Amino acid sequence: VAEVALPGQGVEAVLLPRRRALHRLRLGDGAFRVVTRAAAITVLVVLAGVILALVAGSMPALRAFGVGFLVGERWNPVTEQFGAIAPIYGTIVTSGIAMLIAVPVGLLIAMFLSELCPPVLRRPIGVAIELLAGIPSIIYGIWGLFVFAPFLQRTLQPALITAFGPIPGLSSLFAGPPYGIGMLTAGLILAVMVLPFITSISRDVFDAVPAVLKEAAYGLGCTTWEVMRYVVLPFARVGVVGGTMLGLGRALGETMAVTFVIGNAHRISSSILAPGTTISATIANEFTEAVGDLYTSSLIALGLILFVITFLVLAAARYLLLRLERRLGA
Amino acid sequence: VRPLTTLPAAAIIAAGAIAAAHALDISGAGATFPYPIYAKWADAYRKQTGNGLNYQSIGSGGGIKQIEARTVTFGASDMPLKAADLDKNALVQFPTVMGGVVPVVNLEGVAAGALVLDGATLAKIYLGAITAWDDPALKKLNPGAKLPSEPIAIVHRSDGSGTTFIFTNYLSKASADWESKVGNNTSVEWPAGIGAKGNEGVANNVAQTKGAIGYVEYAYAKQNKLTYTKLINKSGNSVAPTAEAFAAAAANADWLGTPGFSVLLTDQPGDQSWPIAGATFILIQKQPPDPAAASEALKFFSWAYAHGGEMAAALDYVPLPEGVVGAVEKMWANTIKDPSGKPLFAAPN
Repeated sequence: VAEVALPGQGVEAVLLPRRRALHRLRLGDGAFRVVTRAAAITVLVVLAGVILALVAGSMPALRAFGVGFLVGERWNPVTEQFGAIAPIYGTIVTSGIAMLIAVPVGLLIAMFLSELCPPVLRRPIGVAIELLAGIPSIIYGIWGLFVFAPFLQRTLQPALITAFGPIPGLSSLFAGPPYGIGMLTAGLILAVMVLPFITSISRDVFDAVPAVLKEAAYGLGCTTWEVMRYVVLPFARVGVVGGTMLGLGRALGETMAVTFVIGNAHRISSSILAPGTTISATIANEFTEAVGDLYTSSLIALGLILFVITFLVLAAARYLLLRLERRLGA
Repeated sequence: VRPLTTLPAAAIIAAGAIAAAHALDISGAGATFPYPIYAKWADAYRKQTGNGLNYQSIGSGGGIKQIEARTVTFGASDMPLKAADLDKNALVQFPTVMGGVVPVVNLEGVAAGALVLDGATLAKIYLGAITAWDDPALKKLNPGAKLPSEPIAIVHRSDGSGTTFIFTNYLSKASADWESKVGNNTSVEWPAGIGAKGNEGVANNVAQTKGAIGYVEYAYAKQNKLTYTKLINKSGNSVAPTAEAFAAAAANADWLGTPGFSVLLTDQPGDQSWPIAGATFILIQKQPPDPAAASEALKFFSWAYAHGGEMAAALDYVPLPEGVVGAVEKMWANTIKDPSGKPLFAAPN
């Protein structure tokens, strides 16, 4: 450190306040580090606590049914026979339907907003989509039950049944009767619910693509589609996958809206128009009145399974991204 | 002048707050079905005595767990515990009010009370054995009615509930097939149909689907003017769901001969008895950890038995028969004691 002593003052006199200031800053920084680390560790502690509680709570059920719990279809509170495959199936099917619809639509909206939208419309559409994310799920559930399900019962479901009826294979996938509620309805509601996550995150990462890349592509004579497909999407893929995973996480765990429209039947049906159930819907429906250790424990074990499914999905997404990065040499 | 007039008011409020702080609060948790009437009783009781009741309607399962863990003064359950479970946790059980369950339908041209069903047929419908409204069994019960050849859409509760417990208990009594294949509980493995959340969910799904049948709490059906059906009771009479029909079922039940008063008012004898009724229950420790609070809780329920009947009827609950109340209070006096063995409740006579 180069010290410039002012005339008439010793070196010490200059250094002392400076050292004090530095010390103070170091203290402040240290405190900041401790606080942030504590906040991060809190998350780990809470997560560990949740896992421990879930595992401990589900032990009686897992001990009683073993692997049979994962593959059993029976869910009989009277004889205390519990198997989780129907809710697992329902969870995966409804989330699958939701992602099948929400990912393409969400990406198209994001592309429109970031590239093609007239500036006047950008803000209103963007705000509208963010508002969708702010609607409580119980509202989606009630709307689904009172408005959306009767609408589907009259329109989409009879149309699907007649359209796919003659086609072998697909006919059982869309077999009637049209109840209005069912796994398809739950999947559609979930699609609306996860759309904002996928759209707003994708739009943000699309907007972050350097303009110079896009302009270069346009300069080469690329169409808008080509720019989106070959420049913007590859550049933004990490963010897009991230947004999709966030949406999938929400779809897997969504409870209230699904409970209202899925029909809550512990059965695996080949038809997506049939009633089914999901893990979180089952827990929400039955936990309050569940009497008996095995029953309660089976519901907690369902929670553990959902936890594991969510973890696997996130891990798979990470792995996918990693492979993508490596292949593209990024 | 203004500030002066507010002074006495403020003083009264302050005095009230102090009185409230001194009053004893009873805590309870459990069943959701009786929550409206417990809340109403608690409100009236607080006005009269200054003592409050804090009741959390967290569900019967939660109520049972809380009283077993001794975290509340009393637990509440729609499904009575068996005598063995009561003994294991040193609990006593008594009923407070009754309600009923009513089948509701959505059939074009069929008015409330026009359709007649019996237990065996209802069980067959819910088993998925009778699938159309023009089934011979239904025609035989309703000779005059024009029944469409529509499929029957079955709606049941998806959430665990006392309503389902009473309903499936009735079906078990009416049909050996139901008893062996499904049984009865707050939620069961339904052989057919769709599940809807709460009375409102069932009512709404029935209203939306032509040819649907469901079951809801009597109070809910009455207040929303749903299309209920009549039922054939044990005596072979066709009865409509009314407060009198529930009272008749209660009057004919063998309360005193059943340990823990765990009478299920399904399929009871009596010409006028509605066959799907049930009481809701309170659980309390034989030797409560907080004797003062427990004694206060017993006072509250005794007061409710004596003065709460009209309030219960206004909310479409059915008060207990006199004789049952007397037996319950006698049981309190004999079994609920503080650590020194002194009874916490003195029977009125």
